[in-house]
Amino acid sequence: MKAPEKNLSQRRREPITDTQLLLTITICIFVFMYVMAMVVWGGGFLKPQMLFDLLNDNAFLIIISCGLTIVMITGSIDISVGGVTALVAMTGVMILNGSLRPFNRIEAALGLSEGSRIVFALLAALLIGLAYGLVQGYLIAYLEIQPFIITLAGMFFARGMITIISVDPQKAPQSLMNILQTRIDIPFLGSPNKKGVMIPARMEIGVVIALIIVVLVFILLRRMQLGRHFYAVGGNRQSALMLGVNVRRTRFMAHLICGILAGIAGFVFMMHTGAGNATNATAAEMNAIASSIIGGTLLTGGVGNVVGTLFGVLTLSTIKSIVTTSGLRDPWWQSITTGAMLCFFILLQSVVLMRRHTGNKKS
Amino acid sequence: MENDIVLTMRGICKSFPNVKALDHVDFTLRKGKIHALMGENGAGKSTLIKVLTGVYSMDEGEICIDGTDHPISIRSPQEAQNYGISTVYQEITLCPNLTVAENMFIGRTPGKTVDWKAMEKRAGEQLENLGIPARPRQQLGSCSLAVQQMVAIARAVDTDCKVLILDEPTSSLDDTEVAMLFRLMRELRSRGVGIIFVTHFLEQVYEVSDQITVLRNGELVGEYEVKDLPQVELVAKMIGKDLEELAVIKKQERTDEAGKEILYQAEGLSSTETRPFDFHIAKGEVNGFTGLLGSGRSESVRAIFGADQVTGGKVAMKGKSVKINKPLDAMRNGIGYLPEDRKGDGIIADLSVRDNIILALQVIQGMGHPFSRAQAEEFAEEYIKALEIKTASMETPVGSLSGGNQQKVILARWLLTHPDYLILDEPTRGIDVGTKTEIQKLVLRLAEEGMSITFISSEIEEMLRTCSRLIVMRDRNIVGELKGEELTQDCVMRTIAGDRREGN
Repeated sequence: MKAPEKNLSQRRREPITDTQLLLTITICIFVFMYVMAMVVWGGGFLKPQMLFDLLNDNAFLIIISCGLTIVMITGSIDISVGGVTALVAMTGVMILNGSLRPFNRIEAALGLSEGSRIVFALLAALLIGLAYGLVQGYLIAYLEIQPFIITLAGMFFARGMITIISVDPQKAPQSLMNILQTRIDIPFLGSPNKKGVMIPARMEIGVVIALIIVVLVFILLRRMQLGRHFYAVGGNRQSALMLGVNVRRTRFMAHLICGILAGIAGFVFMMHTGAGNATNATAAEMNAIASSIIGGTLLTGGVGNVVGTLFGVLTLSTIKSIVTTSGLRDPWWQSITTGAMLCFFILLQSVVLMRRHTGNKKS
Repeated sequence: MENDIVLTMRGICKSFPNVKALDHVDFTLRKGKIHALMGENGAGKSTLIKVLTGVYSMDEGEICIDGTDHPISIRSPQEAQNYGISTVYQEITLCPNLTVAENMFIGRTPGKTVDWKAMEKRAGEQLENLGIPARPRQQLGSCSLAVQQMVAIARAVDTDCKVLILDEPTSSLDDTEVAMLFRLMRELRSRGVGIIFVTHFLEQVYEVSDQITVLRNGELVGEYEVKDLPQVELVAKMIGKDLEELAVIKKQERTDEAGKEILYQAEGLSSTETRPFDFHIAKGEVNGFTGLLGSGRSESVRAIFGADQVTGGKVAMKGKSVKINKPLDAMRNGIGYLPEDRKGDGIIADLSVRDNIILALQVIQGMGHPFSRAQAEEFAEEYIKALEIKTASMETPVGSLSGGNQQKVILARWLLTHPDYLILDEPTRGIDVGTKTEIQKLVLRLAEEGMSITFISSEIEEMLRTCSRLIVMRDRNIVGELKGEELTQDCVMRTIAGDRREGN
């Protein structure tokens, strides 16, 4: 009867892991920053809608960041995701407005209604993401080519493809956008407008998709064997192999999932903007990498958490709105502050981890 | 009799680009036996193990398990595990970022999901069973190397393996831990597990093993019962030389250190890893730090070399006060340091033998003044010959050499700088008896030529043979200094254990 008691006390005493520590830091900083923004600038930040706007605008970024977190946990990288997002958005918009010629022929042959275009846009998004995941995953995991180079090529390819499909910016028809931009009203989080009428807080469907994906990826990373294999491979690839982990398959799966998520992100992006443009989602991959890092994912692999990534995206976007709110509307201020914050986060992480590990050594 | 056999390997051949690593090797393992696999470095032990575990594919030969005659093919460590063959490698092959429990179960649990509760419970039971001081939810990286090794063994034990391979499991363990491991090995033996035990420690082989298979240069020398093979004969079989050559190095008549010039003197030297200590060494003296693993002996010499951050103390070389805060300072002052962790701190595996040898001298000379190729080759050739480094050519990457030869390359690197003072931290760990003796002889010869040497080894016997003064450490403090008559194994042991203090 004594044993369980001992186990319980051991449970409580267990020091938190690096992953949990970094996650805690991220959440604290986000909360601190948001509260600070509320106090200093008040106004918009006091309304819950501000938070929902952050989510609405960045739902696609949350999704690609989830993919990147997985890839980074395995110690790899994918910088094609921004390009894939843009390519998917462009393809999707053109399917919706009926200017994609090969698709028009299929549509005419099957005699489909306009509404079904949404389904086809979604299918196209998933297919493009899947294709990217398969090809890049195969090249990286099985042919062992440097992920940076492969995905750099993938990025150029995607950006190039966008201009081949359409040189001009495209717009989705309003009728379909009305469906896609359906918003979920949350009355109890509403706030009164200038005339004193309560406006409910509004959240786009994309946010729901993004949050579902966060939950799914969380379960994958925490509860599935595959997820733990991601960590093992990122922690020490050679050891993982010796422990019986199928390293190649694991790395392949990471890139596959990342590709598919980039496809979904493209669709969500299209739902939000309804526009196809060669400069869509520019530098999204860099923002995703930055978000993951802020969220406590290490570029070296083996450590990371998708909840942290969610907060990483929120932190990053909060910084940007703070910069805008404080009157520095020129875009470079956002870049400069983001850069400075990223630097700060990485320094903080290394200092905390370093102190912790030298501490362990001595005890 | 056939039913006793759990593993048969027949006519195994394996070649690498430059070398035939295994040449028709046979190996048989029986149920409930501990079978030692012995041989010098480069004899093919590791290759044989890696063939068996599917890391390498063999060129020829067959592997049968369970006493059957059906050859099986093992293409990956996972397949080996499925056949009941588990391995604990010399280097820790676990993932430091995962928990202890995960490291015990990852890669071998069926199903798609992770049942954390069940896994941690099972891990906790197994760890308690085996008396391993680790908690299931602990991050593995926060455990000591010895505990990590034990977790690896716990993992293997938990697989209900029929064949357990222990590849140099004791090289990073101290005596109590070794005893614990042996208890565990005997327990497993009684449960009917066949254990392949690869080690360099002869005493350990005789302590636990039932049978011995000896390999030499990739060929099978023979299989023996431990009781039929005296230790000396085993050594002779391993190195294939006559016993005379092996003869214990004679205790040299050592001149008194009094009257000799003090080369290096430190007062109150301390680093982030050590408490302040005093230390000196005379010209041409060989002394050593001894103590249990983790007693601070390596940390002390690292402080001397400036490898850890020095926090205080006064240092003088040849009577002149000098500052040594980083390795380069030490090197400029004529101190060389051969680190304990050969793989991490020593060799640069992808560079050629030549480049590894000239590295230290190059650093001292400054990167702006590279050696000409001819000069570098001349240096390399000189030391490859002098130390009898076995390498295909001086262009061979060091990583492909055997452990003993890698060690010699690092030794050559420091000898090339002609240091006044050379620190050797575990220079003989994990290398074979022949090379060990060579290194010991070399140490004594260098001292005769006037070099001062500090020698650290886990094997007290080896220290007694080479050192004229031993500094004994316990719990990061110097607890004694032995010389002359006091240099006996018994005396050292008692000082380490604390029965006897200097001055008492």
